[in-house]
Amino acid sequence: MEHGNTEHKEHSHGYGIYILVWLALIALTSITVTVAGVDFGKIALPIALFIAAVKSMLVINFFMHIKYEDAIFKVFLLLSGMTLLVIFILTFFDVFYR
Amino acid sequence: MSQSNTTAVHHVHRDDLGAKMGMWVFLFTEVLLFGGMFLVYAVYRFQHPELFKLAALELNTAMGTFNTIVLLTSSLTMVLAIVALQKMHKKLSLFYLAVTIGFAFVFMVVKYFEWSAKFSHGIYPGSEELLNKQNGEILFFGLYFVMTGLHALHVIIGVVIIAFLYVFIKRDKITHDNYVKLENGGLYWHLVDLIWIFLFPLFYLIH
Repeated sequence: MEHGNTEHKEHSHGYGIYILVWLALIALTSITVTVAGVDFGKIALPIALFIAAVKSMLVINFFMHIKYEDAIFKVFLLLSGMTLLVIFILTFFDVFYR
Repeated sequence: MSQSNTTAVHHVHRDDLGAKMGMWVFLFTEVLLFGGMFLVYAVYRFQHPELFKLAALELNTAMGTFNTIVLLTSSLTMVLAIVALQKMHKKLSLFYLAVTIGFAFVFMVVKYFEWSAKFSHGIYPGSEELLNKQNGEILFFGLYFVMTGLHALHVIIGVVIIAFLYVFIKRDKITHDNYVKLENGGLYWHLVDLIWIFLFPLFYLIH
């Protein structure tokens, strides 16, 4: 408002929120490195992937601004994610039951 | 872009939303490119779980962790460059972009030392040392070199893009009320970060 932009939608933030997200990303990185040192056996991979997924959601939502973008961008993202998921599931069916 | 509009002389027509949408469509093709590689990784890891673990022990976790932090921080400085420009702090925005390029160089230097350490141990695609190992280990290192190599190529392309953005801001081609190019360059850089977030645990953190 006060900076009088010509953009239709303006979600300008201060520096603060991004520094918080960065701190969270660094914290999650140290957690995933620490957890890798512990023997979790079969669930080690799901834990590592879960932490990576949380990190990527932070990057996508805040750094890549998706949280504040129009719904169409979220639909795009969901569509590409689903496409990848379908390809993975179909391939796994082939590999596991061969 | 520079089409003159007779009805609204005060407002140059441009479609920021469309520009951003185009960038996202491109990013999806990147996701599919890397996605296919992650799929190959998943299948081979399922077939050779123990050998993947054995091969991964040869990677330097400390260097990988350091590079993860470098890349995450470079993503922060990239987004801060956009905020700075929005706040009309042109010099600060240029500073953040320069820092981002600096981090990219640090990343590549670490990558260089990692790869040359592997090379000096005789581990590189097609080397006798590597081909004498078991199949699972050969596959692991094949995927390691291709995926981190393609990622590194993206880092280099990212540096070129950011360098262009720097010049554009300096020459006022990108300004506080017309910065969609900067945002799109940022999106590319964050994707590079995003891919690394998955490469890191899948290659460096298998114990």
